[in-house]
Amino acid sequence: MSEKKFMKGNEAIAEAAVRAGCRFFAGYPITPQNEIPEYLSWRLPEVGGSYVQGESEIASINMVYGASAMGTRAMTSSSGPGISLKAEGISYLAAAMLPALIVNISRGGPGLGSIQPAQSDYLQATKALGHGGFHAMVFAPNSAQEAVDLVYQAWDYAERDRNPVLVLMDGCLGNIMEEVELPPMKELSDEDLPEWSLTRRNGRDYQGNITPIYTEPILEGINAMAGEMYKAWEEEDVKVETFLLDDAEYVVVAYGIASRVAKEAIMELRKEGFKVGMIRPITLFPFPKKVIHDLDYTRVKGIIDLEMTIPAQMRDDIALQVMERCPIHEYGRSGGCLLDDEGVYDAIKEIVTGGVDNG
Amino acid sequence: MAEYKRSSMIAESPSGYCPGCLHALATRLVSDVLDELGQGDNSLNVISVGCSALNLLYWCGDNLSVAHGRAPAAATGIKRTNPERLVFAYQGDGDLAAIGLSEIMSAANRGENFTVIFANNQTYGMTGGQMAPTTLIGQKTTTTVYGRDPQTTGYPMKMCELISTLEAPVYVARFALNSPKGVRDAKAGIKKAFQAQLDGKGFTFVELLTNCPTNWHMTPLQTLDYMNTNTIPYFKPGVYKDKTE
Amino acid sequence: MVQINENLCKNCGYCVKFCPKKILEIGTVRNRRGQFYPVMTDEEKCITCAICATMCPEGAIEVTEGGSKA
Repeated sequence: MSEKKFMKGNEAIAEAAVRAGCRFFAGYPITPQNEIPEYLSWRLPEVGGSYVQGESEIASINMVYGASAMGTRAMTSSSGPGISLKAEGISYLAAAMLPALIVNISRGGPGLGSIQPAQSDYLQATKALGHGGFHAMVFAPNSAQEAVDLVYQAWDYAERDRNPVLVLMDGCLGNIMEEVELPPMKELSDEDLPEWSLTRRNGRDYQGNITPIYTEPILEGINAMAGEMYKAWEEEDVKVETFLLDDAEYVVVAYGIASRVAKEAIMELRKEGFKVGMIRPITLFPFPKKVIHDLDYTRVKGIIDLEMTIPAQMRDDIALQVMERCPIHEYGRSGGCLLDDEGVYDAIKEIVTGGVDNG
Repeated sequence: MAEYKRSSMIAESPSGYCPGCLHALATRLVSDVLDELGQGDNSLNVISVGCSALNLLYWCGDNLSVAHGRAPAAATGIKRTNPERLVFAYQGDGDLAAIGLSEIMSAANRGENFTVIFANNQTYGMTGGQMAPTTLIGQKTTTTVYGRDPQTTGYPMKMCELISTLEAPVYVARFALNSPKGVRDAKAGIKKAFQAQLDGKGFTFVELLTNCPTNWHMTPLQTLDYMNTNTIPYFKPGVYKDKTE
Repeated sequence: MVQINENLCKNCGYCVKFCPKKILEIGTVRNRRGQFYPVMTDEEKCITCAICATMCPEGAIEVTEGGSKA
C-alpha cells in the first residue's frame, strides 16, 4: 500500500529502494549521504535483506558486484570522492553486465572539496563513471518524491539493460525534509531471479559464469552492443520536464536543485513580463538532446545554463544541440555555496535585459 | 592402495598454467575436495586477477570473475545474499597481499562465512614476474633485479600469521605443495575449511605455497628444491588457528 | 592400475621424481601438444600408491585399485 510520510531525501531514497526490491546494500560513510546507509542498516534486515558497512568504497562496490551477480537487487551510495573510488567497480559492473543502483549525493569538488552540496559531478556521472568508455543511465531528481519514483523504477531499467543505474542528487535534496508518497512493496520471488545470475534459487542446473574480461572479438561485440543500447536510450528513455517553453525567449537549462531555484525566479520574471522558460533534464544520460535541438531559435534569444557548480559542466552537451543558433550564458554557485532565489533572479534578469552576454 | 579420479570440476583439457605450475595443482585439489564433499554444483568460485584468472577457461563450476584484490568483497556480497552456497575466493599473493590487503583483512575480521584459497608463489606471474609482497629477501624479480632488498622494499608478508591474530577466523593454515605429504595435508586442510564453512562456523583461510617455474627461471623440478631450501623455512607450513572443533 | 592421459601432460616430471618404486620415466613419444610424457617401465612393481596422481598438477594420471597386474 502506498503511504505518505515526511522524510529526508536520503531516507526517502533508502525506503524507495527497499520497496523496489533492494535486498543488499554495502557502503562507506561519507557526508552528505549518511542517512542512506544509516536507514538501510536497520531497514534491510527487517525485510530479510543484508546491510554491510564496507571497509572502503572500493570494497563496498565490489560487494554490490557479488550480490548483483547472484541476481539480488543491490545498491550502494556515496558522494563525489567515494564515487571516484567506486569507479573501478562501476566499470566492472558495466563490463560484467550486472545491474545495480549507485546513488551519488553530491558535494563540492574536486578533491575532498567540501561537504556542502554542489552539482560538481555532472561530467563524472555522464561521461566517465569509470574507465573503458561505458555509460550508466543517470537520473537527476529534483525532489524527494521524484527521487522515490525514480529509485522505485531504477532496477527495472538496470535489469532490462543489465547495466548499472546512477541517481545523481545534490546534498541539499538529500537532506531537506519533504512529504513523499511511498509506493507499495514489490514482492519478488525466487522465480523472478534473472536466468543469467549465479544463484541456483531459480532452479538453474547448468554452469554459470560472469566475467568482466573477454577475448578480443567478444569484447568488441560487447562494446558494440553497449553502443546500440545507448542509442536506444536516446530514443526510448529520455525523461525531461519543460516549463513555460511555448513562448520563451530565454530558456534556462537546469537539473536537480538548480531547477527548483530557477522555477521560483522564472515565475517572478514572468510576472514582470519576461518570457523565460525552462528545460529540466531528468535523465542526464541519455541527455534530452531533441528538446534543446528543436527549440525555435527564431524566437529563442538565449540559453541560460544554470548549475550549482562553476564552471558549468552541462554546457558542452547543450552547445551540441544549440549549434550556435543563440548565445549560451551560464550562471552558478560552487564549492558548497548554494544557489539562492535572489542571486538566480538577478542573474537571469541581467541576461534577459541584455546586461550581460558571456555566450 | 589408493585411487585417483580426475574431477569433472575442471575442463577435460590441459589447464592454462605453465608446465609444473603448482597453481594448477592447487586448482585440482579444490576440485577434488568439492567432489568428495559432493558440493560441486553448490560451489561458487570467485576468480581473482593474475594467473588465477586462467581458471576462467578451466573451471567448470559456477564462477564470478572479479577485480584485482576484491574477491573477498565480492564473496561477501555473494555469501550474504546466498548463504546456502559453498563460496570460495581463489587468490594469488599479489592480488591478496598487496592490492587486496584491505579486503582480505576486513572480510576475515568480519568472520564472513566463506573460504579463501591463497596461492603464494612469491611473484606476479601473469604480468611477467615482478616483485610481490611475498617475494623472499634476495629473490630476483623483474623489479628487484639484484634481489629483494629489505631496506627499500620491506620483508615478505606472512598472511597466515597476520590473519590468525584476528578474533573471527576459525581456520587458518599454510601448506606447501612441493611434496606428496604437503599436497595430502593441503587437501585435508581445504576439506576442513570447506566443511567448517558448510557448518556455518565462519571465515576459513588456506594458504598454499606454490611456485613459478617461468618467472623463477627454473625447471619445474628445480622449483621444488628451491621451495625446500628457501620458501618453506620462511613461510612455515602449519595450522595457525583452528577453532573448528 | 595407473592410467596416464598423455594429452593432458606438460612434462613437468613430478610423477617421475616422486614415484617410490621408480617405475615412471619420461618417454620418447610426443603427445598432441608436442610434449614428451611419462610411461611406466614395470607395471608389475606398481603398488597403486597414487603418489604420481597426487603430484600431477594437471590431473593427467588416474589410478584405480585392483586393476594392477601385481
